[in-house]
Amino acid sequence: MAVTLDQTIAHKQHTLLSKVFASQTFWVVIAVILACLFLSVATDSFATTKNLYNITRNVTFVAIVALGMTFVIITGGIDLSVGSVLCLCSMVLAVTMHAGYGIEIGIGAAIATALIIGAFNGVLIAYLGFPPFVVTLGMLSIARSLAMVASNNTVVFQFGPDHDKLLALGGGAWVFGIANPVLYMIVLAMITGFVLRWTKFGRHIFAIGGNEHAATLTGVPVRQIKVVVYMISALAAGLAGIIQTGWLGAVTTNLGNGMELQVIAATVIGGANLAGGMGTAFGAVVGAALIEVIRNSLGLLGINAFWQGVFIGGAILLAVLFDRIRNFRRND
Amino acid sequence: MGKIAASGRNWGERKAAAEPQAAKQGEARRLVAVLELTNISKHFGAIQAVNDVSLSIDAGQVVGLMGDNGAGKSTLVKMIAGNFPPSHGTMQMDGKELILHKPVEARQHGIEIVHQDLALCNNLTAAANVYLGRELRRGLGPLRILDYAAMYKRAGQIFAELKSETRPRDLVKQMSGGQRQAVAIARTMLSQAKIVLMDEPTAAISVRQVAEVLNLIRHLRDQGIAVVLISHRMPDVFDVADRVIVMRRGRKVADKTIASSSPEEVTGLITGAIEQV
Repeated sequence: MAVTLDQTIAHKQHTLLSKVFASQTFWVVIAVILACLFLSVATDSFATTKNLYNITRNVTFVAIVALGMTFVIITGGIDLSVGSVLCLCSMVLAVTMHAGYGIEIGIGAAIATALIIGAFNGVLIAYLGFPPFVVTLGMLSIARSLAMVASNNTVVFQFGPDHDKLLALGGGAWVFGIANPVLYMIVLAMITGFVLRWTKFGRHIFAIGGNEHAATLTGVPVRQIKVVVYMISALAAGLAGIIQTGWLGAVTTNLGNGMELQVIAATVIGGANLAGGMGTAFGAVVGAALIEVIRNSLGLLGINAFWQGVFIGGAILLAVLFDRIRNFRRND
Repeated sequence: MGKIAASGRNWGERKAAAEPQAAKQGEARRLVAVLELTNISKHFGAIQAVNDVSLSIDAGQVVGLMGDNGAGKSTLVKMIAGNFPPSHGTMQMDGKELILHKPVEARQHGIEIVHQDLALCNNLTAAANVYLGRELRRGLGPLRILDYAAMYKRAGQIFAELKSETRPRDLVKQMSGGQRQAVAIARTMLSQAKIVLMDEPTAAISVRQVAEVLNLIRHLRDQGIAVVLISHRMPDVFDVADRVIVMRRGRKVADKTIASSSPEEVTGLITGAIEQV
C-alpha cells in the first residue's frame, strides 16, 4: 500500500484554494467588491467617508439579526418573527427607560423579552412539533401587536435619565471613527463563527440540519438545542433592536417591519441553505452587505427606489443559481 | 458448543484465514456468554410480539437473526437496545443482570446499534459522523473546543482497522453505500463495544458493496465483538454468520450452527413449512 494511514487521515477533498472558489460566499464577496469599485468610479458620492460610514452602519442591523437567523436556518428551521421581535424589544427598552429606569434595567428587560419569546417559539417547535413557519408567523403578529400595546402606538423619543448613554451606545463611534454598531456586528460575527466551527453545540446544529433523525438516534439532545437556537435568533433581533434604538433616538411601532425577509435574503445570499445543514457567520454578514450596497447604489445612480425589490430579488436568485449550477456539475 | 461452532467456521468455502480465527474463537468460548436472554416475552396489549425466547451469544460470534416481517425480530432487538423493557424474562450481560431503561444505557453497557438507515448526516464529514453525539473536545471548562485533529486521527485508524477506504475528512454525501456502512460501523468501535446489533445492513446496496459490508462484519468479529445480523438475505447470513436463529410468530423456532443448516431448511422455518427444529 502506497498510501500511509497518516496520508489518509490528512487527505482533504479540496485544497484551500479550491474550497474558496467553490464557496458561494466567495463569489458574493467578489460581487460586493466589484460593485464598490464600479460605484467609486461611476459616482462621486459613493467613496466618501460619510457614505461608507452610512453603508457600514446600515449593514449592521440586518447582519446582526442574520447571524442569529443563521443558527435557525442551519437546523432547517426559519424564524419569521425577527422583525417584530426587534420592534418589541426596542419598545420594551424605550418604555422602560422612558418610565425613569436606568439603561441597565432597560437593556435587561429588552434582552429578557427576547429570550422569553425565543424560548416560547422554540418550545412550541421542538416539544409540541409545530412547524417553525407557522409558530414564527404567529409570533410576527403577536410581537408587533405587543409593541403597540406597550407604547399605545406612540413614538417614544425620551429615554429618561440615561437618554444620552443610550444614544452614545448606538450612535457613537468609540474606536477609530468606526460606528459602534459595526463594532458590535464584528464581535457578534466572530462569536457566531467560533460557536459554529469549534463547539459541540455548533456541530450538533449542523447535524440536526443534515439529518434530524440521525442526530436523535446518536444521542444529540435535539429538542433542547432547537429551543436554544430560536432563543439565539430572538436574542440577535433584540440586540439589534437595542442598538438601533440608540442610533435612531426614537422608536416607532413599524420599526423592523418586513425586516425578516431582508434577513433571510442576506443569509441565503451568504450561502445558507433553507433546507438546513449549511451556513456561515461570514456569509450572513456578506449577504447583508451585498443587499445594502445594492440599495445604496440604486440611490446614488439615480435609479427609482421602486426598482430596489427587483435588484435584491435578482441577487437572491442569482446567488442560489450559482449554487445550483455547482451542484449539477458535481452530480454529473 | 465451542467445537460445533469451530467446525461451523469451515462451512462451505470458508477461506484458510478462518483457522487462526477459530483458535481465537475457542479462547473466547471459555468465558461466559456476552449476552444471555432467558425466557424473554414481550406483549403490547393483547399482541404477543415475542414469546418465551431464550438465547445466548458469545464474544466474537456472528449470529444471523432471520424471520418474516412481524416475526418478532425487531421487537427482540429493540429490547436488547434498551428501547423498551421485556414483559417477562431476564437479560444478562457477562453473567450480570442487565436492566435497560434507555438506549443510552445500552450503549454504556457496550451494546451498539447500526440502524437500518445508518443515521448519517450527509452534510458532515466521515469523522464528524463517527463522533456524532460523543465529540472529543480539548481545553478547559466552558471553553472546551472540538478536537478536530484527534477525531480525524482516531476515525482514520478505525477505518484502517476495518480495511475500509473511507477517509475521515470526506463528506458522507459523496460516499458509496459500502463506505457509508463503514462510517456507521466505525461508530460502534469508538467505545469498548461488546455486541453490535445490525439491522438489515445489506438491504439497499449494490452487490459489490454487500461484499464490503460482510468484510466489515468479519473485522468486528475478529476483534472479539459479537454481531447480531438481522437480515432477509439468505446468502449474506450463510456467508458470514456462525449461527442462525429463526423466529416465527414471536417464537424462536431454530437456533443452529450454519454448518448444520441449509438455506432450504431456514426458508422452510421462516415460512412455517418446517414447524421447528
